[in-house]
Amino acid sequence: MRYLPLEPADRQAMLASIGVPEIDALFDAVPPGKLMKELPNLPRAKGELEVERELMRLAARSVPAGSAPFFIGAGAYRHHVPAAVDHLIQRSEFLTSYTPYQPEISQGTLQVLFEFQTQVAMLTGMEVANASMYDGSTACGEAVLMAHRITRRRKALLAGGLHPHYRSVVETLAHWGGSSVVSLEPDPAGTEDIAARIDADTSCVVVQYPSFYGTIRDLKPIADAAHAKGALLVAVVTEAVALGMLKPPGEMGADIVAAEGQSIGNGLNFGGPYVGLFATREKFVRQMPGRLAGETLDAEGRRGYVLTLSTREQHIRREKATSNICTNSGLCALAFTIHMTLLGEAGLRRLARINHVNAMALADQLAKVRGVEVVTPAYFNEFTIRVAADAQNTIDALAKKGVMGGVPVSRLEPGRSGVRDLIVVAATEINTDEDRAAYVEALQEVL
Amino acid sequence: MAMNTQGRPTTPGASMLDGEVRTFTGNRGLDHEEPLIFERGSLEKTGVDLPEPKAVKPRLGGLERTGAIGLPGLTEPEAMRHYVRLSRKNYAIDSGLYPLGSCTMKHNPRLNEKMARVPGFGDVHPLQPQQTVQGAIALMQMLSGYLLELTGMKAVALSPKAGAHGELCGMIAIKAAHEAAGSKRSVVLVPESAHGTNPATAAFMGYGVRSIPAREDGTVAVEVVRAALGPDVAAIMLTNPNTCGLFEPEVVAIAKAVHEAGAYFYCDGANFNAIVGKVRPGDLGVDAMHINLHKTFSTPHGGGGPGSGPVVFSEALARFAPVPFGIRDGERFRLVEDIGEAERRGLKPFGRLTAFHGQMGMFVRALTYMLSHGADGMRQASEDAVLSANYVRAGLRDLFTQPFGDQPCMHEVLFDDRFLQDTGVTTLDFAKAMIDEGYHPMTVYFPLVVHGAMLIEPTESESKDSLDLFIATLRHLAEAARRGDVERFKQAPRLAPRRRLDETRAAREPKLRWQPDPARRQAAE
Repeated sequence: MRYLPLEPADRQAMLASIGVPEIDALFDAVPPGKLMKELPNLPRAKGELEVERELMRLAARSVPAGSAPFFIGAGAYRHHVPAAVDHLIQRSEFLTSYTPYQPEISQGTLQVLFEFQTQVAMLTGMEVANASMYDGSTACGEAVLMAHRITRRRKALLAGGLHPHYRSVVETLAHWGGSSVVSLEPDPAGTEDIAARIDADTSCVVVQYPSFYGTIRDLKPIADAAHAKGALLVAVVTEAVALGMLKPPGEMGADIVAAEGQSIGNGLNFGGPYVGLFATREKFVRQMPGRLAGETLDAEGRRGYVLTLSTREQHIRREKATSNICTNSGLCALAFTIHMTLLGEAGLRRLARINHVNAMALADQLAKVRGVEVVTPAYFNEFTIRVAADAQNTIDALAKKGVMGGVPVSRLEPGRSGVRDLIVVAATEINTDEDRAAYVEALQEVL
Repeated sequence: MAMNTQGRPTTPGASMLDGEVRTFTGNRGLDHEEPLIFERGSLEKTGVDLPEPKAVKPRLGGLERTGAIGLPGLTEPEAMRHYVRLSRKNYAIDSGLYPLGSCTMKHNPRLNEKMARVPGFGDVHPLQPQQTVQGAIALMQMLSGYLLELTGMKAVALSPKAGAHGELCGMIAIKAAHEAAGSKRSVVLVPESAHGTNPATAAFMGYGVRSIPAREDGTVAVEVVRAALGPDVAAIMLTNPNTCGLFEPEVVAIAKAVHEAGAYFYCDGANFNAIVGKVRPGDLGVDAMHINLHKTFSTPHGGGGPGSGPVVFSEALARFAPVPFGIRDGERFRLVEDIGEAERRGLKPFGRLTAFHGQMGMFVRALTYMLSHGADGMRQASEDAVLSANYVRAGLRDLFTQPFGDQPCMHEVLFDDRFLQDTGVTTLDFAKAMIDEGYHPMTVYFPLVVHGAMLIEPTESESKDSLDLFIATLRHLAEAARRGDVERFKQAPRLAPRRRLDETRAAREPKLRWQPDPARRQAAE
């Protein structure tokens, strides 16, 4: 077996030096009858070529996003990632190292995390950021729990523009963790009166920016209303590229920003692994979940980095920890940081403008199709259309024509009235004039 | 011009061995000092050439960013050099033995990486129409099949993002099952040696934690569990093999006692690598267990994630598994994403733990590992992992001290610090001295129940020569400590990119991000 360096003779010699006759003598503690002789129902070892063949056959049964005019977003976005990113994250020293518990031989990972934290804080307009979370949705869930700890209240108010999966994650954590949630109705146009729903028990208001439907609304009045009642504002961002162009949540009074960082450096991967961004104000840092890298000095007075403030964490605090989180999303955070470094401020801003311009062009073209109405007034690279048909059927018909036209809202809000004709459509820098023309033509045919 | 008859010197002069090496650049040969990108890049520079889009009036609702973000950019050659130099300051499995107990730092096959990047798996969107992602869903189903076969369990939730997330998944399912049965229970039993995530998870769920002491031999006695059980106990969270590296010999009796008390058995599967193909948790009476794909099934640790923590369930808990889950619908595969639909199928999912469907990239890598190893290879891998740990034990048992006596261990071997008593060398010093010898230290000070713990997990990825040198090195260090050669330990590491770092300072005045130099900022304003 190509991955197992021990030879039969090695094994014999090792057993002898341990002083046991056979390997199963080391499994003596296993209760009688529970030690298996073999795994009868699974195939035997295979060479690289055979494994590759088998998996390629499976992979061929999917249609890759890159092979079609592609306009799907809704929390995961297809962007171009420079080749250098994937090369660098496959460096053995990054790929096959563990959590930097021994800082003297982990300065590479630690300095990357320090750079990552700084980039995330800058991008979100916040004071501090952690070393990443699993993804945007779990970051959102943790943000709500953190707001509960800070305010000592137990009720979260979720705006109607929050990604339905994020809402489900928060609701699940709340239900089983013993807190409560008020979820507002789907709000494609971003017109709901959130402020009116905040009361003295509200720990936080969770608002997505831009919303699940693509809508952009000013967070400042919501932050002011929340703060006036002693609640926090949690801003959720699922498209990090938007912050290359939009006023950051930190400038509008957000107390915690929970974001999905997949857009920068990371591929679609059918939903994961992604990278959660988590940023807050300095005064809340000790209530933050997850790992933090911090700067310090070594015994010779040279600058270096360590994991710090770990007294918040489960391996020290156990049942009193701020969160049960242990692993972060290190390699995806590395990809984020490298891509962001390659972009730089100038590149990120230009990338954001290209996305916005492409989305505007698409919205204008789709608006001219009979039976289509663009319902999002202000947006970045994603907007919602209403079609004169069932949205799910429309998307399926488009897929048959080889166009990935967006996400029917009803897939994420099944059984809810008023959304059956809505489609969330995204455009990024990958889309060409031809892609848009193909979409328009296909949509004209299916509507 | 006269020929240099001496030629190039081939032995180092005495002066080069003297004292500390100081260089003009601060670099030390291959080890380069590398500033932060914020001290090097500029706001104008970029390593990505993008066309300038046409100027339009934006539709951002008047919320355009005004000031600078502050993000520096680098061209590609500069970025490559920066991150390559940083990478060289990391220890990695590919460069050396990485015996971190409880972390299973085994070889990460590169075929896994290649397969995860195949467009049919890597370049598919989680919300593409399901008929266009049949291959991806089929792969998830295939992985589920393997996990169920290897564990002898009835259902699997693939979506948890890491081990601790999997614990949450398993414990919520247990709470849901109690709730469905109308039983109100408030306590979870957790052995003292458990991972910190276990009590943290239980506490999040609102459970009180009742600690279970281990007996003299490091395992949990069924009588102690029985005494702690009562109508208030919802579950036991037991790691098996446990964090002391031992298989719990009374695990079947413990499971029976737990079930008789109306509670469930959550097994922390962090140490599954010891028993794959040898013992099925389902046969032991486990009700829920998470599997760390990044440990047992070789998906890379990536400097601390991403992980992946699928949870397998017994018959009793299967119907409470969260959405989404895959089903076979004739010739087609389908993901059930909606709780309502699951309920119409007679299930009772407790909710949703994450957006989308879980760590697909890790599923591809884990399944690639399983197909490569096959039933025979996975079983052999576990046997080799256990054999290697015991070989290290045998090679060190006369010099090192074992907290629970000399008995066979599973895939990791635990020592305490009694062998360092009165030497002036601590476990931490010992670990740092290993760094100078070119090794990543073992897990230290965990489990908490053992004084100065050293938990060594060599994994199945080491050759016998590699293990022999490792054993010889640890013996050499132990003898040096006993000889009173304390300085080498106190000064260690001397040969790493950094000497010991001041963690107290880091925590006292936290500097968690780069800040522009205030003087420079003022000058710019």
